[in-house]
Amino acid sequence: MKHLVLIFTLLATPAFSVQPEEVLDDPLLELRAREISKNLRCLVCRNESIDDSNADVARDLRLLVRERLLLGEGDDEVIDYIVHGVPGEFAGFGEYVLLRPQTTGSNLVLWGAGPVMLILSVLLAGGYLRRRARTPVGQVAGLNDEEKDRLAQILKE
Amino acid sequence: MVTELGHFALILAALTACVQVVIPLVGAHKRWPGWMAVAEPAAIMQFILTAFSFGALTWAFVRSDFSLRLVALNSHSLKPMLYKISGTWGNHEGSMLLWVLILTLFGAMLAVFGRNLPPSLRARALAVQAAIGVAFFAFILLTSNPFLRLATPPFDGEGLNPLLQDPGLAFHPPFLYLGYVGLSMAFSFAVAALIEGRVDAAWARWVRPWTLAAWVFLTIGIALGSWWAYYELGWGGFWFWDPVENASFMPWLLAAALLHTAIVAEKRETLKSWTILLAILAFGFSLIGTFIVRSGVITSVHAFANDPERGVFILLILAVFMGGALILFAARANVMEARGVFGMISRETMLVANNILLAVACFVVFVGTIWPLVSELAFDRKLSVGAPFFNMAFTPFMVLLGLLLPIGAMMPWKRGKLGRVARTLIPALILSLALAGLAWAMQTGRSLLGPVGLFLAAWLVFGSIVDLLGRTGRGTMRARFGRLIRLPRADWGKAVAHSGLGITMFGIAGLMAWEVEDIRVAQLNAPFRVAAYELTLTDVREVQGPNYFSTVGDVRLVKDGREIAILHPEKRVYPVSRMPTTEAAIDYRLLRDVYVVIGDPQDGGGYTVRTYIKPLTNWIWMGAFLMSLGGTLSLFDRRYRVAAGARKTATVGVPAE
Repeated sequence: MKHLVLIFTLLATPAFSVQPEEVLDDPLLELRAREISKNLRCLVCRNESIDDSNADVARDLRLLVRERLLLGEGDDEVIDYIVHGVPGEFAGFGEYVLLRPQTTGSNLVLWGAGPVMLILSVLLAGGYLRRRARTPVGQVAGLNDEEKDRLAQILKE
Repeated sequence: MVTELGHFALILAALTACVQVVIPLVGAHKRWPGWMAVAEPAAIMQFILTAFSFGALTWAFVRSDFSLRLVALNSHSLKPMLYKISGTWGNHEGSMLLWVLILTLFGAMLAVFGRNLPPSLRARALAVQAAIGVAFFAFILLTSNPFLRLATPPFDGEGLNPLLQDPGLAFHPPFLYLGYVGLSMAFSFAVAALIEGRVDAAWARWVRPWTLAAWVFLTIGIALGSWWAYYELGWGGFWFWDPVENASFMPWLLAAALLHTAIVAEKRETLKSWTILLAILAFGFSLIGTFIVRSGVITSVHAFANDPERGVFILLILAVFMGGALILFAARANVMEARGVFGMISRETMLVANNILLAVACFVVFVGTIWPLVSELAFDRKLSVGAPFFNMAFTPFMVLLGLLLPIGAMMPWKRGKLGRVARTLIPALILSLALAGLAWAMQTGRSLLGPVGLFLAAWLVFGSIVDLLGRTGRGTMRARFGRLIRLPRADWGKAVAHSGLGITMFGIAGLMAWEVEDIRVAQLNAPFRVAAYELTLTDVREVQGPNYFSTVGDVRLVKDGREIAILHPEKRVYPVSRMPTTEAAIDYRLLRDVYVVIGDPQDGGGYTVRTYIKPLTNWIWMGAFLMSLGGTLSLFDRRYRVAAGARKTATVGVPAE
């Protein structure tokens, strides 16, 4: 596999990402193709979508997306085809190809991380704030005389 | 010869750092003034030695001394002088040397400007700073020595990656490192305060300017990098959520949180333990960033060196410093009991909300960045986490932040009334809603992104203006104007930085919502229309540059029958590295950029030409500029020079205003 990647990288010509001849005649269909492409990873590149990439494999994948769209498939069907393939015919690229990870199984941790953390920290902070709001002023520890002098010296503008 | 001296100076600097760790720490513990005082000359000496070492390496690059392995691998005699110099830090070893140079620079600055700190705190902070230095000197000398010689020097060098031969990128790493490493000061102060066992308002006041400076540098560094990506990578993207970009963005978010919470610690003596924790974590994320860039564990567009050994070393540094600091934090958390009392509706509460949003946003970026690694190791699922994820998971936090910000910025300390703040902000709210409605009515597509971005921007800018005007009190226009001008710089800084955030948000939303793209085969002298513009490819020439060959197109840009510009998109090939780059031609305007890229000649004649109309792009960087300007204004507020003022008062007797 590593050799394959190397060969692809060497062969990658300085072409553009989307080429004029790839563009579909139907602008709506083309728009859908672009949206799907933005979610698909160029497999030999680092963190680039096939929509942005110059590599030949990205081009092949772009053409494949358009081919499937021309067959009349919906967006989800196209993505499903590219990820899972068709048994016996085309193996599919696996979920590695998706730039937006699926929301299934262990990936729920990824998707849930932000919201769960937000709720947790709001609860924690809420508790803290309530404690601060309740503390009577008298119980607050003050500075001793030496510290007060020092502070006055520092704060003197 | 100079090279060997440079190497020697680096070793001496490492030894000086060792001394600077041990002696002041012992001195501070035993209260021996002489031992504590060692820290200052040591810090200054360390900086001078490291600067000499860095100078020696730069000199080798300038002279194209190919007997030096690093120069042979990364430079070329034909390269323009600017890139020979910037090539010094355009590689792993040299950039690490720059890293420690900046680290020692901050140490030396603390030694020079921190004379009115309590001696024990200063000695301890300098010792911690030197400890970080020791770790990174060891890293450089043991795993990535820039001063290695070659037995048989090559005739010429292998050249610098052509993508990096660009003025924007020449200055991007130094700024970024000033930010990354600047956070080490906050870390050193935090650890020193923990050892000292006391965290008070004065401590927060000393930490804040360093954090502010680091944040300003990070802002500039990130903006430069993103601007570079925009014009150099050839399709006008400005942010890719690449692991390395995230590595710089996470410390930025935490530093922003730290600046705000340090205000609470300073003015109200609360949230002290959280401030300390943030100071530790912010630098921790700097180290994580260093690890991501240099270990090659996470694949990225611009990972430096994929060397596992180096990765392990940095991981070790990370573990020692974060582990040590966090254990110390856990042991000493009790000394930081809060003093201030405040109500549920108050500036304090709003700043807590700011911190929650920034910290959780940073957490989301962190999880997204490492998830591919975790998922593969723990669940055997090889997957990618790209821009679509981050756009969905990160953006809501920023929208919330933007919505709350103007309210929080005007909320009084201790106890406020929501209704009162809301009433003063009503004009700003109405104006912002009206603008957003106008944008909604005028746009053709149905995306909410543009109007929402405009609303947030207007809300932040008008909110800041209302806040500033509110501080001028009552009276005649003239009196209020006078007061407006004399407002403390920190108030201006706050308003400018917050407006900058809004401007950046608007730029991003506008670009993403209203961009127009056109891809076609353009025949010579055959005009074509893109949105309101008419473009004509009039000529294509072959040109030779100093170290590259270039295909240059002339594109005439016409709007409403009037010629606006002649653009020259280029496609370069650098023969030394056999690498092509696209040089987009951009007509920069305030409200939109016209971005033209030329491609390959076609069999049927003509060239592929991509044209983008990119609305509001420059607002992204204008906003970043305003943010750093705001930070700089705050940095020069009188408050942070009080210590100097106090000393003068004692000796010269300058009367207070």
